[in-house]
Amino acid sequence: MSDLLIKNAFVIDPINRINGEIMDIAVRDGRIVEDVGQGAEVIDAAGCLTLPGGIDSHTHICGTKVNFGRYMSPEDMRAGREARRGVKHSISGYSVPTTYANSYRYAIMGYTTLLEGAMAPLEARHTHEEFSATPLQDVMANTLFDGNWGVMEAIRDGDLERAAAIVGWTLSAVKGFGIKLTNPGGTEAWGYGKDVTCIRDKVPYFEVTPAEIIETMIRSCELLRLPHSVHLHCNNLGKPGNYACTIETLNLVPDLNEKRQTLYATHVQFHSYGGSDWKTFCSKAEPVADTVNNRPQIVIDMGQVMFGKTTTMTADGPMEFNLYRLHHDKWSNHDVELETGSGIIPVLYRRKNLVNSIMWAIGLELALLVKNPWQCMLTTDNPNGAPFVKYPEIIALLMSKKYRDAEFATVHPDTGSKVVLPALERELDWNEIAVMTRAGQAKALGITGIGKGHLGIGAEADIAVYPLKVDDIDPSTEYQRVIDGFAQTKWTVKRGRPVSRDGEILVHGENTTIWVDPKIRPERDISRNPRFVEMFNHWYSVRMSNYPVQDEYLKRNLRMETEAAI
Amino acid sequence: MIHRDMICPFCGCLCDDLVITTEGNEVVQVDNACTLGTHKLMGAWKNRLKNPIMRNGGGWRDASYEEAIEYAAGVLLDADRPLLYGWSSTQGEAQGLGVSMAELLGGVIDSTTSVCHGPSILAIQEVGHPGCTLGQVKNRADLVIYWACNPTEAHPRHMSRYTTYADGFFLENAFRDRKLIVVDVRKSETTSIADEFVKVKPGGDYAVFAALRAIVRGRADVVPDTVAGVTKEQLVRIGEMCKEAKFGALFFGVGLTMAPGKYKNIRNAIELVDELNRYTKWTLTPLRGHYNVHGSNEVFTWMTGYPYAVDFSRQIAFYNPGETTAVDILARKECDACLIVASDPGAHFPKACLEHLAKIPTVLIDPMHTVTTPLCRCQIPTAVNGIDAGGTAYRMDGVPIHVKKFMDLGYPSDTEVIGRIFEQIKEVKHP
Repeated sequence: MSDLLIKNAFVIDPINRINGEIMDIAVRDGRIVEDVGQGAEVIDAAGCLTLPGGIDSHTHICGTKVNFGRYMSPEDMRAGREARRGVKHSISGYSVPTTYANSYRYAIMGYTTLLEGAMAPLEARHTHEEFSATPLQDVMANTLFDGNWGVMEAIRDGDLERAAAIVGWTLSAVKGFGIKLTNPGGTEAWGYGKDVTCIRDKVPYFEVTPAEIIETMIRSCELLRLPHSVHLHCNNLGKPGNYACTIETLNLVPDLNEKRQTLYATHVQFHSYGGSDWKTFCSKAEPVADTVNNRPQIVIDMGQVMFGKTTTMTADGPMEFNLYRLHHDKWSNHDVELETGSGIIPVLYRRKNLVNSIMWAIGLELALLVKNPWQCMLTTDNPNGAPFVKYPEIIALLMSKKYRDAEFATVHPDTGSKVVLPALERELDWNEIAVMTRAGQAKALGITGIGKGHLGIGAEADIAVYPLKVDDIDPSTEYQRVIDGFAQTKWTVKRGRPVSRDGEILVHGENTTIWVDPKIRPERDISRNPRFVEMFNHWYSVRMSNYPVQDEYLKRNLRMETEAAI
Repeated sequence: MIHRDMICPFCGCLCDDLVITTEGNEVVQVDNACTLGTHKLMGAWKNRLKNPIMRNGGGWRDASYEEAIEYAAGVLLDADRPLLYGWSSTQGEAQGLGVSMAELLGGVIDSTTSVCHGPSILAIQEVGHPGCTLGQVKNRADLVIYWACNPTEAHPRHMSRYTTYADGFFLENAFRDRKLIVVDVRKSETTSIADEFVKVKPGGDYAVFAALRAIVRGRADVVPDTVAGVTKEQLVRIGEMCKEAKFGALFFGVGLTMAPGKYKNIRNAIELVDELNRYTKWTLTPLRGHYNVHGSNEVFTWMTGYPYAVDFSRQIAFYNPGETTAVDILARKECDACLIVASDPGAHFPKACLEHLAKIPTVLIDPMHTVTTPLCRCQIPTAVNGIDAGGTAYRMDGVPIHVKKFMDLGYPSDTEVIGRIFEQIKEVKHP
């Protein structure tokens, strides 16, 4: 039995509608309880901003393409090197740091739960191996189905239940969390060097459209009763004029779930571009945000771009090749048979570059124009828009018009005619930031029920105490204090145990891998379907029996079983 | 007993469809494997070292595991600059422990990568890597190039599982519909089945790549009549074949990485593939030798940020191939103790390196006598991954596979032995 008492905390807990109450938080055996006895370890939070542990609902921290980003970038490793000390391993890297570095830096910022945004099922074992080396956060992996042959054949046959059965079996087999679609259909077309333009093109050979893939997967997700909705990286990422495709895609989405959104559209900044080429490139955040405002079944994340060096990586293989042809640095590609693909290139976002400046503005515009903070999550699509260590700066930009104006004065001088950002007066408050960085993310992921994203009785005791006295700070003018405060907690508590204090890592922890196991009727078990088995053993380069991730790859794990409707 | 869908622990193909028949503790039949894999699986149980051995004057004496492990830990703890080398024929779990151990010791950890595809990685770090999984090649490729390698003899099932002889989803008659180009300095078993055999003068690969890049870009006019012994006519023909292919796959071996030009050859190869992607789809894959050498690169990378040759002497991970690579450290007589795991530098390293290995306390973890054994002061036998131990391995294309154990001969795995050495080191070194 381990007891902890956090005293005098200034608590914001949006799920429990607590907005700035001074209170004590009692913890026993990793859960929040009513009270603990005299013997408890005491942390005096002394009126400091205390939030549920941060949750990143879209980041890239583990797996084949992340590791290849490191592999190809020794120059990135020369930044951020720190020596081994105490329980802390040596770390390296800035935009694609080592697994330990990711975990420590997130912990120091108060983050306790992370979702790896894209896991190729065939290579899932790798993601789980890296998860086991991520000591301070609970983790989960969205699983890629954008170019899944079995799914596309089921769609072509009009067999929704078969598509759902394939998704259900695959999630169980690879210990995945939710459905990720990255440029649906486009990565399959990239198998022969092609792509699709928006959602009405037919995917070569399979003769299905991205729209059909998206619709079928949304319905499959609900049939399987998955906690999280479909997580979509829209088609046409990064192309001038793509906002029309984005809006057309968002307008496809029915409202199918009372508890959460039906679609999570990711890094929408990269999908809100106007113009017809790079010369006429401009922001179309307003119509995209209007669409989101009118469709409560949709949640987006920002995909904020911040200036500086980073490494872009995505399952959207053709997009990365196009981006490489603009940047001419280096390019890695990795297509995965029957499933998906990926690409990686390093990028430098520059203030002097007009396009980069407009991109920077669009992310902020989206967060300020989407009225309901529960519908817009704060992310950079780490590391695509920027490494996650930039989150404190983004928070400050959203809380301070003065800071935005100061930054705006440093970007390309023509930016003003291409964006609406200078006209936006809104300044987000502490509660809205708490929604966008933890409560909203937990709700969107469907994990509030397992005690994530809030501080109610019975919740996981994942707690972040920031050195921010909310009553003493005016975030609209004192933005540097906001940045410093969110950059490093006074205490980060993971499952009831302090894991970092003032930037120092205190323990070598053990995470929980959260995965979903939809319970499907035996007659719908696709692994017994002769056609599916034949496809598998004929066209994959591994045997079906060697495909599932063995239990031994998951140390501590939480299996979320769902009662599928098939 | 019949064991199905077993994984072959020989080369980077990691074939996973083996059927192995055992009777007691003996492998009596192996189906589906190539000659090399079959030989490893059928012979491995016979020639094992029975127990740890240690130097006894000019000879050897038997030792217990406890004694050998204590000796290994002592040697590493006493060293100022220990080198932990090998790691390519063992499970990922052991590799991970090795990295943590090197970190705590302030030592250097390197894998056999530095003497095989190290130059490929240097090239990738400069220009990237347009690759794919092997199933993509199997299902799509209508043109395959093997450059400076001989898969028929080194990776005997590569062509039947993934390329020339494999069924392809998008190819009606895969064998007839695929074209095969082999580029080498001499004829080999593989060249004999090629549609085009390109015979390059030794050391001429870089020039041939450069000529092909020019041709693909439409600048055949700058190419002379012959390039490194290859006629312009043939180069133009090949350039056209490459552009006309719907999906091309280039595989290359150590004949390219270790030829004059080294990593620049690979850089030029990658840039040719990159250029071809402007016209059609092309990918490139290094043919990795040891079954888990690519795994060592993966594990080292996520733990340290670098794929091989990682030096922890500054307490941070430092990487500078040519300085922190095993051969260089040994040739400079820099390390004062060496732990060798699952590799045989005695058979491959330069003489000066071996002389130094013999002078310092060298411990070998390997199931059998090897050419490295005579250079060591202690050898600890372990189970063979894929036979009497299980664990993770990464195929040459980065697909992680769980290599399975199918018998128990009573040996501890590499992970267990290294774990025990590490525990003893932690007792002394950990704060």
